[in-house]
Amino acid sequence: MIHKKKPKLAVWKFASCDGCQLSLLDCEEELLAVAGAVEIANFPEASRAVVGRTYDLSLVEGSITTPHDAERIHKVRRASKFLVTIGACATSGGIQALRNFKDVKEFISIVYATPAYIDTLNKSTPISDHVAVDFELRGCPINKYQLVEVLSAFLNGRKPVTPRHSLCIECKLKGNVCVMVAHGIPCLGPVTHAGCGSICPSYARGCYGCFGPKETPNTSALSAQWEKLGSSPISIKRAFRGFNAFADAFRKESELYEK
Amino acid sequence: MNNSAKNDYPPGLIRADDLEHLLKALGAGGFRIQAPVIRDQSIVIDEIKSAGELPAGWTDEQNRGHYRIKRRSDNAYFGYVVGPYSWKKFLFPPSTAILEAKRTGNGFQVSAAAETVSPTAFFGIRPCDLRALQILDRVLIGSEYRDPIYQKRREQILIVAVNCTEPGGNCFCTSMESGPGAAEGYDIVLTEMIDAGQHNFLAQAGTERGNLILQQVPSEKATSDALKSAAEAVQMAARKISKKIDTADIKEMLYANAEHPRWEDVAKQCLSCANCTLVCPTCFCANIDDYTDLTGETATRVRRWDSCFTLDHSYIHGGSIRSSVRARYRQWLTHKLAAWHDQFGSSGCVGCGRCITWCPSGIDITEEVAAIRSGTVKAKAI
Ligand code: SF4
Ligand code: SF4
Ligand code: SF4
Ligand code: SF4
Repeated sequence: MIHKKKPKLAVWKFASCDGCQLSLLDCEEELLAVAGAVEIANFPEASRAVVGRTYDLSLVEGSITTPHDAERIHKVRRASKFLVTIGACATSGGIQALRNFKDVKEFISIVYATPAYIDTLNKSTPISDHVAVDFELRGCPINKYQLVEVLSAFLNGRKPVTPRHSLCIECKLKGNVCVMVAHGIPCLGPVTHAGCGSICPSYARGCYGCFGPKETPNTSALSAQWEKLGSSPISIKRAFRGFNAFADAFRKESELYEK
Repeated sequence: MNNSAKNDYPPGLIRADDLEHLLKALGAGGFRIQAPVIRDQSIVIDEIKSAGELPAGWTDEQNRGHYRIKRRSDNAYFGYVVGPYSWKKFLFPPSTAILEAKRTGNGFQVSAAAETVSPTAFFGIRPCDLRALQILDRVLIGSEYRDPIYQKRREQILIVAVNCTEPGGNCFCTSMESGPGAAEGYDIVLTEMIDAGQHNFLAQAGTERGNLILQQVPSEKATSDALKSAAEAVQMAARKISKKIDTADIKEMLYANAEHPRWEDVAKQCLSCANCTLVCPTCFCANIDDYTDLTGETATRVRRWDSCFTLDHSYIHGGSIRSSVRARYRQWLTHKLAAWHDQFGSSGCVGCGRCITWCPSGIDITEEVAAIRSGTVKAKAI
């Protein structure tokens, strides 16, 4: 071990479904090694105990949707040496960012009996809109092997290997036959960040874009191909309005199909 | 192009029903057999044990960004062309550990990742792909700096090539002088002939070990008529190929056009998804990643396929050199068709057409070259 004292790890939850935190508990085989390597000081899904005031590594799940959370994230930042955001909510605003395209007040008045009790922001935003983030791990949910990779990299003082290139590369490494070319199924893979291991194309489905935009995504060229495969403007808009609807490239493309 | 193999082994005629004996002879010779098979509605390469597993009676329809398999009217064993993956996946694996390191008392112990490879027959490799193997041989083991992973695997390969008698929609081997007939580099080459109720293979050995295998297969002496019709079938295939690249002075032409506006046009359509390079039988770019386990006791160095289309491929300290997709597409095409000549003494393209078929955006390398050569600027995407 490089560290003499076990580094303190904290997991923080903002607006999210807990799925990404659960990915950590899902690392059954690796969990003992994780527990051996770090002191888990704050982890709402695993225990209620909160120890200490500063943390060597904070994993942040969820987006910022309330004024209270917009303040709390600054406290988390101040208490953390390294802050890593995990999952689509924390890195792009998540599925709840669909509200960003509508009037939230209208929703509130329809859904809640006493709208005055609801204190919420107009937009769901990623953590990096509020505080400096040291590393972003994509995915809805994150891939548990990538999470272990991020932890290993942190503990050993190296950069994590989580490539930003297209999902197509994962298809090709795996030996998948391209569903878009061979079956005519629209796929978001060519503009989507790798990381899931090409789950959907492996089952003859198009990619849903769970890991958000890749580096230099050419969304309009992909939409043009989707149209050729028979996709309607509304289905293209909906494809980009998924778990990463508020990620810049996906947001802009969906807005082109707004009308 | 040249189908007339010049060697001393007498060509034989094998009845299609006896193809099984060829597979048996390979198996008895200790070879695992990799051959075309149908999976996920496409023709991929996988291990087979008998001729019944070959895609007999199937063909493939290939177009820009389009691939479908279809039934044929006959029962040809090889009535299709190249599929989504080339044979490079066996010799230059998609991802492979190359080093392992274990922490010792006061340092590391490093060992090469061990692997065992078994003798393998590439059964049904097409002339363009065979030429691609020769190009990879030059690149990866043709100088003093050798790729030991490739070399170890390559030494175990026996080649049973199949000449093409029916090209695919994106084939342009005639331009790159790599097909549709195999000129060299095979242990055995077959030409399939279906005519007037007769279904035969003309079989020609190219090496002594190929000859020894063929001797175990029932065959008759090929008549001069049979030789002639096999040669004609391959020539007919060559005539059916309509795609082409004008290769005259191509190196100078591309070097002179580094600022051609066409690069900008193609970048608007290119997804920088890297499919073209990963399906290409000669692209050999790889990335090296180091991993540690959680405890920091062991580390692994892994080599995996990479592509000049990724931003990180051109990353050096401080940033990526080719940040625009324009620069990445230009790098790929210019390396393949021009700089390759300077580096390795040949073109890097064999005209297999995979990059055209498997590009989700339907970009066609032959059309890009033609546009750059003619100086025309395409205003609109296809
Ligand atoms: S299936 Fe989708 S992700 Fe896979 S190669 Fe095709 S377009 Fe890319
Ligand atoms: S490019 Fe030529 S050699 Fe290759 S599959 Fe097509 S016809 Fe055959
Ligand atoms: S560049 Fe395209 S046509 Fe040429 S060898 Fe590669 S995949 Fe085949
Ligand atoms: S040329 Fe086609 S396959 Fe290659 S990176 Fe561009 S879009 Fe992808």
